[in-house]
Amino acid sequence: MDEFDPGAGEVQIFEVQDCLLVAIQEDLDDRAVLDLQDRLTERISKTHARGVLIDISALDVVDTFIGRMLGSIARMAAILDAASVLVGMRPAVAITLVELGMHLDEVRTALNVDRGLRLIREQIDGRAAGNGR
Amino acid sequence: MPNSSKNLDALLRRRFDSILNAWIAAQSSEGVLRRDLMRESEIRQQSRAILDALATSVSRVDINERIDLDADEWADLKQLLKEATDRRVERGFTPSEMATFILSLKQPFFEGLTNELADSPSDLLKQAWSISRILDQLGLYTNEVYIAEREEIIQRQQTEMMELSTPVVQLWDKILALPLIGTLDSVRAQMVMENLLQAIVERGAEFAIVDITGVPTVDTLVAQHLLKTAAAVRLMGAHCIISGIRPQIAQTIVHLGVELPQVVTKSDIQSALAHALRQMQAQTYAQTQHGPLFAELGHHRG
Repeated sequence: MDEFDPGAGEVQIFEVQDCLLVAIQEDLDDRAVLDLQDRLTERISKTHARGVLIDISALDVVDTFIGRMLGSIARMAAILDAASVLVGMRPAVAITLVELGMHLDEVRTALNVDRGLRLIREQIDGRAAGNGR
Repeated sequence: MPNSSKNLDALLRRRFDSILNAWIAAQSSEGVLRRDLMRESEIRQQSRAILDALATSVSRVDINERIDLDADEWADLKQLLKEATDRRVERGFTPSEMATFILSLKQPFFEGLTNELADSPSDLLKQAWSISRILDQLGLYTNEVYIAEREEIIQRQQTEMMELSTPVVQLWDKILALPLIGTLDSVRAQMVMENLLQAIVERGAEFAIVDITGVPTVDTLVAQHLLKTAAAVRLMGAHCIISGIRPQIAQTIVHLGVELPQVVTKSDIQSALAHALRQMQAQTYAQTQHGPLFAELGHHRG
């Protein structure tokens, strides 16, 4: 894998203990999403991360492509044996996704980073039964 | 100044008082002089102002042309008519009384013209036609003002109803409830969803209970809206519970073939709250098991 290059428009991936934290800072174009998907999966397998947390609280605009990619990333993470959670979705974004018919049933969600980490921890520790789903 | 306008204008100037008196008499005989709603002195004052403005407007335009009430010449008269209409609407005049108020001005004009132009019937007819056109337009204008007024009231009430109809209440720490009352149409459903999601962010809620006890009927559309709301709530990272499902509604939902996957449904708000509390307790339990680790992890966020 190419060394991580914090270039413009590239989403940064942080390593926090055994989890990966992705903080999306600005609206994404299609290329950036595909790039993120590439680098994230690489990173998961390389670091043996147990969890992936994607913070989209800065994301203002979504389309079907980004919605679908968010779903795919969650599925890919699951295949690579990492629990994933999507946190901080804005109301407008949630409404848009629902109106687009994308319910993202495969994705776990949390209101903020704190609760997201808690959710991941529960899942990693195999105590996911108690999360109310 | 065009000749025809001059005639009318001159007539108005010369016979202003007699026309005014005849107008008020006509209002009385048409039965729109509602002394029970308005004092006669006020009516007289209003009529005088309108007639005066009409005279001014007529003197400025060629009344044989198309009458364009949007032109500047008519602005003063329109303003007066609007005020008069507003005042009358407030007191309970009907739109036809309002229009008749203006149209009853025809008779005095026709009489005045008959006296002036008795020797030239073709002129008389032309003038009568002109003034008739103007008055018709003005009558219609008062009607428009009346409708606009009503429209505004309806709009305002609708907004008020909307505001009243979507209260998000906090039942418990991190538990919100949204009691829905009345029919859920698309506009309202959209607003309900927006309000609820906003409240979830603001109050950091984990559970949102949507209570549909007060929703009289659930059809596919309403079910669809509920489903969307539940999905959006989940995307935000909270859990949605739908409560207040009556047997009838349960039957409808199944018969319509609507699936409510991932949504917890409860018969009443009490069991919904109990469910939410139980879930939160389970979470707290899990949390105490892993307390130190969370604290450590939590510190790493931006």
